[in-house]
Amino acid sequence: MQLNILLFGVTKEIVGEQRLKLELPQEASVSILLQSLKQNYPALENLESMLVAVNNEYSEQDQRLQESDEIAIIPPVSGG
Amino acid sequence: MSNKKIDIALSDQPLDIKAVMEAVNDGSAGAVDVFIGTVRNKTQERSVVRLEYEAYDSMAIKEMEKLAAETANKWPVAKIAIHHRKGTLYIGDIAVIIAVSTPHRQEAFEACKFTIDTLKQRVPIWKKEVFEDGETWVAAHP
Repeated sequence: MQLNILLFGVTKEIVGEQRLKLELPQEASVSILLQSLKQNYPALENLESMLVAVNNEYSEQDQRLQESDEIAIIPPVSGG
Repeated sequence: MSNKKIDIALSDQPLDIKAVMEAVNDGSAGAVDVFIGTVRNKTQERSVVRLEYEAYDSMAIKEMEKLAAETANKWPVAKIAIHHRKGTLYIGDIAVIIAVSTPHRQEAFEACKFTIDTLKQRVPIWKKEVFEDGETWVAAHP
């Protein structure tokens, strides 16, 4: 399946795009997605944390993903 | 006086302190605590030129709403408002305003502090500090 991924802040800078398309096996989990991203962009390993939001909610590592999901990578936040 | 218990805003325009105060005005409240976060001119002795805020708008609004509801669950909140800025901010500009009205002052202080502390941990908003000689995304690296 092809996932559409939104990028923000430092992850947007590392990847060089605001949006990314990533091909993963059907029902791949959040942790598979993170592994795949870190393989493709090793600089992501240097981040203090990297969370994944699915449909505007923070996800768990074992959550399964679907093509229709809105997926966003959340590097350490720094609002306020 | 607004009927809304929770008032959330995310804007690329300057924040309006008066609008936030009006949003939390409530007859049952004897206290309003307001936190205003502003842009500081230095980070560890480096001179800051400006900050660039970026938000994941839809989720940031949702997380601020959830956070306000959580605060209202923990303290006897009459009304709560969270307004956050995005875009380019300069020294002295207001980045965030949080206001909480409660019957008594102690709970207003506590509720307001919890809200800003938690916002900084959870709401998907990022700032890049631009210095005279470079730039960094805050909190990105260990």
